[in-house]
Amino acid sequence: MNIAVTGINFIRQAEVAARLRQILPAEAVLHAEEDTRSYECDGLSAYRQLPMVVALPSNEEEVRQVLAACHELKAPVVARGAGTGLSGGALPMGDGVLLSLAKMRRILALDPVERTARVQPGVTNLAISDAAAPFGLFYAPDPSSQIACSIGGNVAENSGGVHCLKYGLTLHNVLRVRAITIEGEVVEFGSEALDSPGLDTLALMIGSEGMLAVATEITVKLLPRPETARVILASFDDVEKAGNAVADVIAAGVVPSGLEMMDRPAARAVEEFVHAGYDLEAAALLLCEADGTPEEVEEGIAGMTEVLRRAGATAIRVSSSEAERQKFWAGRKAAFPAVGRISPDYYCMDGTIPRKKLGEILKFIAAMEKKYGLRCPNVFHAGDGNLHPLILFDANDPGELERTERFAGEVLEKCVEVGGTITGEHGVGVEKINQMCVQFAPAEIERFQGVKRAFDPEGLLNPGKNIPTLHRCAEFGRTRVKAGQLPHPELPRF
Amino acid sequence: MILSDAMDAVLEKLSETVRAASRSKRALRLRGGGTKDFYGNALEGEVLDTRGYSGIVTYEPSELVITARCGTRLAATESAMRERGQMLAFEPPHFGEGATLGGMVAAGLSGPRRQAAGALRDFVLGVKIMDGRGDVLSFGGQVMKNVAGYDVSRLMAGSLGTLGIILDVSLKALPRPAAEATLRLELPEDKAIEQLNRWGGKPLPIGASAWTGGELAVRLSGAAAAVAAAQKQIGGELVEPEQGERFWTGIREQTDPFFRNDAPLWRISVPSTTPPLKLPGEPLIEWGGALRWLCSRADARTVRDAAKRARGHATLFRGGDKSVGVFQPLAPALMKIHKELKREFDPQGVFNRGRMYPEL
Ligand SMILES: Cc1cc2nc3c(=O)[nH]c(=O)nc-3n(C[C@H](O)[C@H](O)[C@H](O)COP(=O)(O)OP(=O)(O)OC[C@H]3O[C@@H](n4cnc5c(N)ncnc54)[C@H](O)[C@@H]3O)c2cc1C
Repeated sequence: MNIAVTGINFIRQAEVAARLRQILPAEAVLHAEEDTRSYECDGLSAYRQLPMVVALPSNEEEVRQVLAACHELKAPVVARGAGTGLSGGALPMGDGVLLSLAKMRRILALDPVERTARVQPGVTNLAISDAAAPFGLFYAPDPSSQIACSIGGNVAENSGGVHCLKYGLTLHNVLRVRAITIEGEVVEFGSEALDSPGLDTLALMIGSEGMLAVATEITVKLLPRPETARVILASFDDVEKAGNAVADVIAAGVVPSGLEMMDRPAARAVEEFVHAGYDLEAAALLLCEADGTPEEVEEGIAGMTEVLRRAGATAIRVSSSEAERQKFWAGRKAAFPAVGRISPDYYCMDGTIPRKKLGEILKFIAAMEKKYGLRCPNVFHAGDGNLHPLILFDANDPGELERTERFAGEVLEKCVEVGGTITGEHGVGVEKINQMCVQFAPAEIERFQGVKRAFDPEGLLNPGKNIPTLHRCAEFGRTRVKAGQLPHPELPRF
Repeated sequence: MILSDAMDAVLEKLSETVRAASRSKRALRLRGGGTKDFYGNALEGEVLDTRGYSGIVTYEPSELVITARCGTRLAATESAMRERGQMLAFEPPHFGEGATLGGMVAAGLSGPRRQAAGALRDFVLGVKIMDGRGDVLSFGGQVMKNVAGYDVSRLMAGSLGTLGIILDVSLKALPRPAAEATLRLELPEDKAIEQLNRWGGKPLPIGASAWTGGELAVRLSGAAAAVAAAQKQIGGELVEPEQGERFWTGIREQTDPFFRNDAPLWRISVPSTTPPLKLPGEPLIEWGGALRWLCSRADARTVRDAAKRARGHATLFRGGDKSVGVFQPLAPALMKIHKELKREFDPQGVFNRGRMYPEL
């Protein structure tokens, strides 16, 4: 379902580009196809669209003026960080401006005593931890894409990583976001203190997918790097047993610093790629990490090993050096690119479920593999119940992408059915907008639209993403029905 | 299911009341146990008691999630969790026996353990609310990671009932620490702040801290081995466990002798490294330096200016003249967004009028 390049209105393009060139240097406003082509998609490359104009501001004042100009011209704006998003959140618009924050990549201040860093939105996630490392500090959320993805994108998606089980998501590690509204007003959400007066609008900004305001400056918390860490690599001969082991570890009363799972097809793909030394006979592998002082880690590893053994682990290895720990993790962190090597295309899902439903969901996915005739290796942030099944397909094979999307849709709806959500960390974007109609009732969707209006009354920031219209839900043909009753029977259903 | 039917009836009645108030644009004042009546600007409107809608809905220790209705007593919730070796890690203050979960979420206050564990809002996973139209809406859920739609559930934390009635809330539970120990050290204010920040940069299991009158108390929480190792590193005098527990309860519930003071109580939130504020009155410092309580008769402007200079904000927490506004004023652009949000959730301005800001 490659979305065709819609015709761009060249008169409008010239008008908008000329206006933006009054604000930015000529080379920071792109409109020729050879220049705008590289912005046509984000990490969800099945959706492509050439932007009408690309703007590349290099400071906050330029961002402010670009937004104010777009507001005046009624031109929609799509913000973009590094373009690694997996839900099409940064998909451009053929009648809109793609606002890239990639040039704003300075770390403005890093205070090792206060343990905060104030950074521009285009700074990569890893660059923050690298800058903090000499002080024994780090920025905790560690998405697998951390060498590339921007902190602005992390804020927009509330990104997580393998260590979020213990250290929290972006939401828990960002103190303040300074942003510009579409009207060109500067607003500060949160503060450099631990809380701020009024409503928690910072929580609204985080995970808002570029729909509310454009982040221009972000203050993050830095944490002291744990003295040491060790990871257990446990094999299971049955996927469901591995799923239950995850629940057992959590129930045992220690929070591991990471608890990840891979099934055999995923482990095989990874092993070929990075040679992490994984057990390829196992039906599922668990990576289970403890960090802290050496004493704490010893206590944690001993406790968790015992739980895993009782849960039926067939083999247990514990990293004996930092190099080995890194090697065990390297496999997990490279799971997406590894899978990318064994299939022309893959489609990554992101549902989250209550941990106890892991076994049930895995069986369901296996049934869907048969139903749709597509393979689906699984990697999970198991400790959080966040699933990343990867459906393998070939976009050049007619009908495969449609089948893939139907497969994915069924899995996401199953996630909602078992009490979970359609997206744990990758966002709704354009990708899961129909499933929003399954997860939320019309009145809830209306309230989301109300939140959007409070920040962007004319709907110019990233329109068409994240929150569906009720009209769209009616077309999709599924609205959420609670306890057999339609909420608000008095409302028109379009 | 009898309970659930009874609760449906309570919900129906709440909805009728809200709809009627909305039609006649009458103000309602949401109230659980009334333990936090003192908090916020002057109270306005007819009391809507939330205590009829109560009870723990689900609690699954292995999922680390508890879901309960707003009228559920906080004390009952915490004791159910304690039985399973878990806790609300943000250590919310009760401020009285009748405290309810709904009031806890609406007030959004966290106690001593916030320093290490995070704030109340960090633990909110989902809510069911009734908005100003009398509609029942669910946001978030019971899972740890959820980015579908805007994070309305966390918006409710600390909203002081201005956006809607928090009907149900799902909170993340955490295991109680395996070991705890309280240490006491003699240090002047500036040195205590420096020391707390130095420790903050090290991987030490410091779960809480409180300085007042030249004495710094530090609570270590975590694995037994880690607590023992940190104890050696930090030094000071080890406090008897029961006495330590009593002390932290006194800080959390504001029953400590420090809070027995006739002067108004200010809550000043600043970056942890902020040097002593040198304001008239008695300070007590928590959260590794990031929270400063101040019993003081200084005028509001003096306190607020000092907080602002330090990149923080000041709340007139208890007592004093509320006509100055209990909360630090917001920048105009942010206030505009607040007013719009209020209008979206509570178009007729039914709920807790003026409790947070006169404009809301
Ligand atoms: C191989 C791979 C592995 C990944 N692993 C993980 C993982 O482990 N965990 C995880 O959570 N995600 C993961 N992701 C997804 C992705 O990296 C994250 O969502 C990331 O936060 C996106 O950042 P970005 O800078 O690339 O944002 P983009 O893709 O450029 O944009 C994402 C969204 O943010 C908005 N946006 C960007 N910048 C701003 C700004 N300054 N202000 C307002 N809105 C803005 C955009 O409009 C868009 O809606 C992975 C992706 C890939 C390709």
